[in-house]
Amino acid sequence: MTPTLQLFLVISAALFSIGLVAALSRRHAIFILIGIELMLAAATLNFVAFWRFGPQPQPPTGVMVAIFSIAIAAAEAAVGLALVIAVYRHYRTTNVDQLDQLKG
Amino acid sequence: MTPWIATYLWLLPAVPLAVSLMILNLGPSRRAEAGTLAILGQIAALALAVTAFLPTLQAPGWRAFQNFTWFTFGGNALRIGWVLDPLGAAMLVMITLVGLCIFIFSVGYMADDRNFSRFFAYLSFFSAAMLGLVIANSLLLLFVCWELVGLASYLLIGFWIHKPSAAAAAKKAFITTRIGDLGLLVGIFWLYSGSGSLLFYDEGRGCLESAALLSLGTSATFIALLIFCGAAGKSGQFPLHVWLPDAMEGPTPVSALIHAATMVAAGVFLVARVYPLFSLGAVNGVTPSLTVVVWIGVTTALMAALIALAQADIKRILAYSTVSQLGLMMVSLGVGGVAAGVMHLLAHGFFKALLFLGAGSVIHGCHHDQDIRNMGGLRRLMPVTFLTYAVGMMSLSGVPLLFSGGWTKEEILHATAAWPPSHVPHYLLLAGVVLTALYMTRQIIYVFFGNRRAASEHARESPAVMTLPLIVLAVCTIALSVVLTPAWPWLHDYLIKETPHLDIARLRLVQPMLLLSLGLVTAGIGLGVLLYHKIGEIDPLARAQPGLFRFLENKMWLDELYARTVVAWSRIAACLSDWMDRHFWDGLVRGLGHVGQLFGIFTASFDEHGINTGVDEATTGTRGLGRIMSDLHSGQIQTYLGAIAIGMLALLVLAWLI
Repeated sequence: MTPTLQLFLVISAALFSIGLVAALSRRHAIFILIGIELMLAAATLNFVAFWRFGPQPQPPTGVMVAIFSIAIAAAEAAVGLALVIAVYRHYRTTNVDQLDQLKG
Repeated sequence: MTPWIATYLWLLPAVPLAVSLMILNLGPSRRAEAGTLAILGQIAALALAVTAFLPTLQAPGWRAFQNFTWFTFGGNALRIGWVLDPLGAAMLVMITLVGLCIFIFSVGYMADDRNFSRFFAYLSFFSAAMLGLVIANSLLLLFVCWELVGLASYLLIGFWIHKPSAAAAAKKAFITTRIGDLGLLVGIFWLYSGSGSLLFYDEGRGCLESAALLSLGTSATFIALLIFCGAAGKSGQFPLHVWLPDAMEGPTPVSALIHAATMVAAGVFLVARVYPLFSLGAVNGVTPSLTVVVWIGVTTALMAALIALAQADIKRILAYSTVSQLGLMMVSLGVGGVAAGVMHLLAHGFFKALLFLGAGSVIHGCHHDQDIRNMGGLRRLMPVTFLTYAVGMMSLSGVPLLFSGGWTKEEILHATAAWPPSHVPHYLLLAGVVLTALYMTRQIIYVFFGNRRAASEHARESPAVMTLPLIVLAVCTIALSVVLTPAWPWLHDYLIKETPHLDIARLRLVQPMLLLSLGLVTAGIGLGVLLYHKIGEIDPLARAQPGLFRFLENKMWLDELYARTVVAWSRIAACLSDWMDRHFWDGLVRGLGHVGQLFGIFTASFDEHGINTGVDEATTGTRGLGRIMSDLHSGQIQTYLGAIAIGMLALLVLAWLI
């Protein structure tokens, strides 16, 4: 079976949906972060797919965006994890349902 | 070369003014200091006056003036200044010398008064204003001082303010002279618009100098008459003379200084000062304005002399005599005898002050009883007062040769005899001479001769502080005649700006007039002695002519006439204005107020119900919305994320649908 754009888009959409569900349903902060990473990965996959099957498939235009996105995701994970640790130290919990003090 | 005194002539009024302010600052308890200060101030003023008098002797018609700008409005500069000339210098010496005598006399006369210091402050203030009036080289400055002497007169007439009659007299004097001053003020405006200057002398540009006079033309007559209104008010000329006899309510030194010697003479002085205005365009020495002056003067002189005949108050007799003599001076000015009028003014200043101070001494001796019918026989009790009073009386009556009043009165008779239009004023004045001698004889017989009566029972001579000024003034009255005789008419020539010279031969020329006036005065005194040598309960004149006597005793009913006419009319006008004010204007204003109030109520309710409610609703709504919004903010980040997802989905669906 020849890989087609639609296949990648379906995989990407599934990946994004899984990430969204994880981010919305899990209570643990780290799992929400994982969900977000999944959604980012889905977006990166979209980029690469559109590049590979687009009018100019030569390297390195699309790959550059993917690599950049991954780097940002790494940075974001680092900040996110640091925040989770700080929140845990302060509230003794990582359950986001209890972290509701930033309300109006 | 101008002597320094001409430049610093302002010192003359400034010194008494400063003294007056100092006395007021001292307070009422420092009596001795107040009296000393006032007398020292007057001595300084006298010294300055003599210093100012000396340079005027240098040459006939010598004159110096000093002008400066008072203030500028628009393009016009209002200039004032002072002038030193024979007329002013002679007045200065007379005023300060008489003033000094009266100041010293006052120390004795007012010794028991509670407001001794205030009295001297007022006297000094008056002295300052009067000296300012004399040195003024501008009609405006003269008018300012004119009003200031009026104020001083008002304050001093009403000095014993606890007496209702004194308060009323002060008010009457102030208001009556104001009527004349209104005319004077209008005359000043007219003169300013006509000639463009109010300075008397200004190197050819002054309003009394030929250029300005020519530009005035015929309006000079009206200006002169308006100025004469002011002079008539101040100098007690008919019909504005009514205030002067009432002014005798003031302390006697005040009557002597202000209402006999100086202030009332200011009117005569004013006419003499602006004489070129009166005599402009004279044919044969006669102008319409001068004719008016003559007839007013004659009426005043005769009327006042007649009224004086029937008065019982020692000071009132002298007051009417003053009115009469001022009328005489006016006649003299009117017929062209300016020098004669001013000479009589100067001589009158001395002997009338003497008479008033003598009367003051008598009143002091009689424990402040002023009714001559209660006096009598004071000749032996008060010899000094009697002798000096007799000198004054003879000078006033016009006894020739020895007394200054005789010479000056003769000059006036000469001047009137030469008046071309009519000889009537001359004959009326001759009758006036007889009347003057008659009423003075009557007074002196009542007061000094005969038996002692109620008030003179315990009289005694006044202290030296009061008799000394009397002696000085009596000596002055006699000594002044040296410069008045026709053989050496020094004062006459000094005033008309000629070189005086001695000429015995001229004595013969005036002999007929001398004999005539001697005869008339003798007749007057003789008639007086004949009538009054045996005085009973009733006045001899009242017995012979009761109706006439009552007419004269009540001052020809003039006060009553004024009360019925002028005063009544103003009262009606006042009532009418009051009514208008109360009912018409008040109602109008109140109605307008109600309209405003109604409008206020309307706007208040609109505020309350319209605007306030709107604002309230808006705030409540905003607050409710805010509450709903804030409830949405739950703090649950997953809810937020879900909302974002659903929103994105909705947008996608929307994009796909479109």
